Amino acid sequence: MLAHRDGDLTPRRRPLRNLLRLRPYLRPYLPRYCWLLAAALAATGASLAVPLLTQRVVDGPIADRDPAGVLRLGGLALLLGLAEAALIVVRRWTQSSASVGMEAAIRADVYAHLQRLPAAFHDRWQTGQLLSRITSDLSAIRRFLSFNLLFLVLNLVTYAAVVVLLVRLHPALGLLVAASAVPLVLISRRFARTYHAASRRMQEQQGEVATLVEETAVGLRTMKAYGRGPQLAARFATGAGTLHDIGVGKARLLARTSALFDLVPNLTLGVVLVTGATAVANGALTVGQLVAFVSLQLMLIWPVQSLGWIIANGQEAATAADRIHEVLDTLPAIVDAPHAVELSRTTVRGRLAFEAVSFRYPGSPEPVLRQIDLTVEPGETLALVGATGSGKSTLLSLVPRLHEVTDGRITLDGHDVRDVRLGSLRRLVGVAFEEPTLFSMSVRENLTLGRPDAGEEEVRAALALARADFAYELPWGLATRVGEQGLTLSGGQRQRLALARAVLGHPALLVLDDPLSALDVHTEAQVEAALRRVLRDTTALLVVHRPSTVALADRVALLDEGRIVATGSHSELLATVPAYRAVLSAAAETPAVPPPRLGEPDGAGLVRS
Amino acid sequence: MTGDREGAAELARWRGRATDPDADRSRAEDASPEAVARLRVRSRALLRNLLRPHRRRLGGAVALLLAQNAAAMAGPYLVMLGIDRGIGPLRAGDPAPLVALAGAFAAAALIEYAARRGFLTLSARIGQAVLLELRRRVYGQFLHLPVGFHERYTSGRMVSRLTSDVDAIAELVDGGIDRLVVSTLSMLTVAGILLWLDPPLAGVTLLAFPLLFWLSRWFTRASATAYRQTRETVALVIVHFVESLRGIRAVQAYRRERRNQRIFDAVNDDYREASLRTFRLGALYSPGIRAVGNVMVAVVLGYGGARVLGGDMAVGVLAAFLLYLRRFFEPMEELSQFYNSWQSATAALEKLAGVLDERSAVPEPARPVPLPTGPGHGALAFRSVSFGYRPDTPVLSGLELRVPAGQTVALIGPTGAGKSTIAKLVARFHDPDTGTISLDGVDLRDLGDAELRRAVVLVTQENHLFSGSVAENIRFGRPDADDAAVTAAARAIGAHDFIAALPDGYDTQVRRRGGRLSAGQRQLVAFARAFLADPRVLILDEATSSLDVPSERLVQRALATVLRDRTALVIAHRLSTVEIADRVLVVDGGRIVEDGPPDRLITADGRYAALHRQWRDSLI
Repeated sequence: MLAHRDGDLTPRRRPLRNLLRLRPYLRPYLPRYCWLLAAALAATGASLAVPLLTQRVVDGPIADRDPAGVLRLGGLALLLGLAEAALIVVRRWTQSSASVGMEAAIRADVYAHLQRLPAAFHDRWQTGQLLSRITSDLSAIRRFLSFNLLFLVLNLVTYAAVVVLLVRLHPALGLLVAASAVPLVLISRRFARTYHAASRRMQEQQGEVATLVEETAVGLRTMKAYGRGPQLAARFATGAGTLHDIGVGKARLLARTSALFDLVPNLTLGVVLVTGATAVANGALTVGQLVAFVSLQLMLIWPVQSLGWIIANGQEAATAADRIHEVLDTLPAIVDAPHAVELSRTTVRGRLAFEAVSFRYPGSPEPVLRQIDLTVEPGETLALVGATGSGKSTLLSLVPRLHEVTDGRITLDGHDVRDVRLGSLRRLVGVAFEEPTLFSMSVRENLTLGRPDAGEEEVRAALALARADFAYELPWGLATRVGEQGLTLSGGQRQRLALARAVLGHPALLVLDDPLSALDVHTEAQVEAALRRVLRDTTALLVVHRPSTVALADRVALLDEGRIVATGSHSELLATVPAYRAVLSAAAETPAVPPPRLGEPDGAGLVRS
Repeated sequence: MTGDREGAAELARWRGRATDPDADRSRAEDASPEAVARLRVRSRALLRNLLRPHRRRLGGAVALLLAQNAAAMAGPYLVMLGIDRGIGPLRAGDPAPLVALAGAFAAAALIEYAARRGFLTLSARIGQAVLLELRRRVYGQFLHLPVGFHERYTSGRMVSRLTSDVDAIAELVDGGIDRLVVSTLSMLTVAGILLWLDPPLAGVTLLAFPLLFWLSRWFTRASATAYRQTRETVALVIVHFVESLRGIRAVQAYRRERRNQRIFDAVNDDYREASLRTFRLGALYSPGIRAVGNVMVAVVLGYGGARVLGGDMAVGVLAAFLLYLRRFFEPMEELSQFYNSWQSATAALEKLAGVLDERSAVPEPARPVPLPTGPGHGALAFRSVSFGYRPDTPVLSGLELRVPAGQTVALIGPTGAGKSTIAKLVARFHDPDTGTISLDGVDLRDLGDAELRRAVVLVTQENHLFSGSVAENIRFGRPDADDAAVTAAARAIGAHDFIAALPDGYDTQVRRRGGRLSAGQRQLVAFARAFLADPRVLILDEATSSLDVPSERLVQRALATVLRDRTALVIAHRLSTVEIADRVLVVDGGRIVEDGPPDRLITADGRYAALHRQWRDSLI
C-alpha cells in the first residue's frame, strides 16, 4: 500500500502522467471525439468559405451585373452560414456529453474506491480534502478536456502551418519567426513549473477551506453552545484569506506570462518589419510579399496568446489528476485474500479467538493493543472492561476487520478472519458502535443496512428486542426518514435503533460497544432482559462501562493499557482484582455528596436535606 | 427507461419519507415563481454590493483594458505606416522614419505588455477580494443562523454552498470582465462604423436584433432553470458523499457499499444530466448567435449586392461592410459565452443570497439588556412556555418553572418527554413559541449573544472536538485562558492524567473530529472545556453517558465543586449524577409531574422512587 498521510503536501511530481492515466475514461467517447474533430474542421472550413464567397460575389455577379447570380451566391452563403452553425452545435453537443459523462464516471469511481478504503485511511484524510477532489478537481479536468485540449491541438496546427507558409515565402524571415518559438517554449516551461506548484497549493487550500466548513457544520451545536462564532469566523477568515492570497499570486504568475506571450510575437513582428523593410529597400523583397508576410504573421498572435491560458488550465487539470490518483492509487489495505473462504451462517458455531493480537494505529509509535490472548466460546458472552482509552473499542473494531491486526491473528471457528471473505465475515458479525450512526434514510433502510433481504417479522423482532418500537409511532412509521436530513431522534432512540440493527437476523457473533449507555434506567432494564435471551445462544463481545450491563456477560476480561490483565466472572474479579473494582464498582466509592450549602436563596421553597 | 424508473422508485423507498416537506430545500430555496424572481433580484443586489467597494479598482481595470486594446490596435497600423512611409526614405538612404516607427511599435508592444499584465493582476485582485468577502459573509451567516435552521438545512448543503457554489462564481470572476468589456466595446465601435458606412444596410442588420433578443430570452429562461438544477443536484451529491464518508465504519461493518454506490450513482447521474442540460443549452445558444450573424451576412450580401447593382452603393463599401459585420458578431459570441458563465454564477449567487437573506429565528436583540452583575446570580424562570419543533406537535405546553440561583436541578423522564428541549431553550438554540424564559429577570431574547454564551453553557453527549490541539479544544471554553488555567481545568475534571499520557500531551492534535480519542476521553475534554468556561448556568444533557465508572466518579466529584456556586440543569439517566441534585423534576409529555428534593421524592413513592429503586438494583 502506498502510504499517504494527511498534511502530506509533497506531490509525486508526475502530474502529466497522471493526466494521461485518465485515458480509459476517455475511451468510450473516442468515436465521438472523432466526430467532434471532423465537425470542428468542417465548421472552420465553412467559416473560411464565406469570405471567399464574398469575394466571388464582388468579382463575379456584381461586376457582371447579374442579379440572379447575386441571389444564388447569397443563398449559398446562407446555406454555408447555417451549416457552419449547425456543425458547431454538433461539435459542442457531442463534446458536452463526453466531458460531463467522463466527469461523472471518474467521480463514481473515486467514491467507490473511497468506500473500499479502510477506516485507517479515513481517520487520516479529512472529508473536506476528499470532497474538493470530487468537485473542484474534477471540474478542472472537465474544463481542460472540453475546451483546452481541442484548442491546444488547433493552435499548434495553426502555428506549424503558418510557420511553414512563412518559411516558403521568405526563408530567412520565416526562420526568424520560427526561432521566436524558442523564448516561448522557455517561458512556457518555467511557467508550467511554477504554475503547477501554485495550483497544487491552491487546490490543497481549497480542500482545507472545505474541511473547515465541514468541521463547522458538524460542530455547529458546540460552537453555538459556547458562542464561539467570532473565533471560528476568524479561523475561517484566515483560511479563506490564504486562499485569496494564493489566488492572487497565481493570477500574478498568469498575468506575467500571459503578457509575455503577447510581447514575444509583437516584438518578433517589429523585428520582421525592420528587417523586411530593409530587404524591400534593398530590393530583396517586394512590398506585396512583405504585406503578405506580416498579415500571415498576425495570424499567429491569437494562438500564442491563448497558450498561457491553455497551459494554466492544463496544469490545473494535471494537478487535479494527480490529486485524484493520490486517492485511487491508495490500495485498500483490507481486502479479500485470494484463497478467502465463504462461511455460512448455518455452519458457523461462533468460536472467537484472539491469538497474540497486537495493534498499532498507522503513524503512531505506541501500540494500542499488546499480545491479546482471548477466547470466546460459542454462545458465550464476554464483557470487556477497562478504563477510558484502554483500547476496548479498538479491539472490537478488529473483529469485522475495520482495522487489521498488526501482529497475531483473530480466528472465527479456527479460520483466520483474514482468510474469510470480507462480505461473509461482516454478515456474520453484528456490530453496534459507541456512537450510533444513522444515515439519512428510512428507519427500515437504516435497520436493514447489511441485510436488505430481512423480512417484516425479523425487523419487528429486532425492534422489539431493542425496545425501539417507537419507530412504528413515527409520522410515517418505518418509512420515516431519520438521520441528518430527516427526523431528529434522541440519543437513546438512536442507540436503540443501532442495537436493533446489530441483532437483526441473528448474527453468529455480536460485537457491541457500550450498547446501553444512552438509555434510561427503565428502558435499560427492559432491553437487558431481552438481550439476555439473545445472548444465551449467540457469541458476544461487549464493551461495558456499567455494572448493570456486566450482568449480561458470562465472563469478564479486564483490559489495561492494551493488555488483558485479568479474566474471570464478575464476582471473582470484583473480589480478587482491585483494579477491576476500581474500574467497575460504583460501590467502591459512593458518589460524592455535595457539602451542605448555607444561606442560599431558595425561591422554589424547597426544603433541603 | 423502465429500469431507471424502478431504480428511482427503489431509491425513494430507501430514502424514506421526510417529515418536513421542505427537507430537500431550505425555506429560502422555495421554488415558487415569486420566490425565484425575488432571489434573482437579491442576487444581483448582492453582486452590486460586493463590487461596490472595488469601484475605483474596477475603473482602473477597465482603463488598463482599454489601454491594452488601443496599444494592440496600434500595432497593425504602425506596421502599415512602416511599409508605406518607412521603405521610401530608406531607399533614399534615410533610416530615421523607419527607426522612429520601429520605436513606436516597440513602445506600443511594451505598453500592451504592461497594460495586459496590470489588467490581469488587478482584475484577479478584484475577483479574489469579492470571493473572499462572499465566503466570509456566507460563513458568518451560517454561524449566525440558529440550530433550528441547520437541522433543516443539513451540514452537507452548507458545505456545498461554501465550496461548489462559490467555485461557480469563481469561474465567472476568472476572465469575466475581460470578455464583457472588450466585446461590448468592439461591438459598439463596429456598430458605429456600420452606420457610418451605409445607414440603409445598417438598418437591415437591425433585423437581427429581434432574433437575438428572442434567442437570448429563451436562453435566459431555460438556462436559469437548468443552472439552478445543477446547484441543487450537486448539493445532493455533496450531501451524500459527506454523510457516507462520515459514517464509513458503519458503511463497511454493514456492507452498505453497494447500495451506497447505487444512491451515489443516482445523485451523480442527476447532476450529470443537469450539467449536460446547461452545456447543451450553451451548445445551442452560442452557435445560434453565430447562425444569426451568418444569416445577416447572406442577407447583406443579397441586399447589398442588389443596391450595388442599382448603383446606390460602391462595391468597396459593400466589401468593407461585410468584413465589419463579421467583426460585429464575433464579439457577440464572446458575450454569449460570458452570459453563459453569468447565468451559472447567478444560479449559485441566488442560493447564496437565499442563505444571506434567511432571517434568524433567534435574532439578536436590537438593544441588549445586560445581566445584573455580582455573585449569587443565575436564577432561571420559565413562564407559561410552549414550544414545538413542528407546529402540529407541541413538545412543551404552558411550562412553569423557577430555578433559584445556585440550585442544581435534575431532569428525568422517558425519552421524548421534553428534557432536552428544555435544555435547548435555556441555551437559546430555539425561542419558545409562547411564554418567556428569563435569566436573572432578563428575557433571554433581550440578551446579547456574547453575554448569553458567557452566562449559559450547554454540554451534550455530542462532544465535538475541533481540529487543533487538546489544549485548544479546552480553551474553546474561554479563549483568553492561559496554559495554567487549561491544565487546572483538566485536573479538576480528572482529564489531566490521560491528556498528559498522550504522545504530545496537551499539544496532541485531535484529527478528524477527535478520531484518535475514545468517546469517554472526548467527553472528559468537553467537560474540562465547560469547566473552564465557568458560566452562571451549566446545562448537562446526558453529558456523562460514555464515561466509565472511575471517570464518572472523578467528574462527579468535580461537579460537586463546579456546581456549588452556580445554577445547573442536569439531564441524566444515570441516577448517580442525579444524586448531587438539590431538586429533581420528573418530566413526562412536556409537563412536570414530580418536583422536589431527591430524598423527599424517594420517600414519596412516586415515579422517581420507582426509578431510583430500579437504579439501585442495577448496581452491584
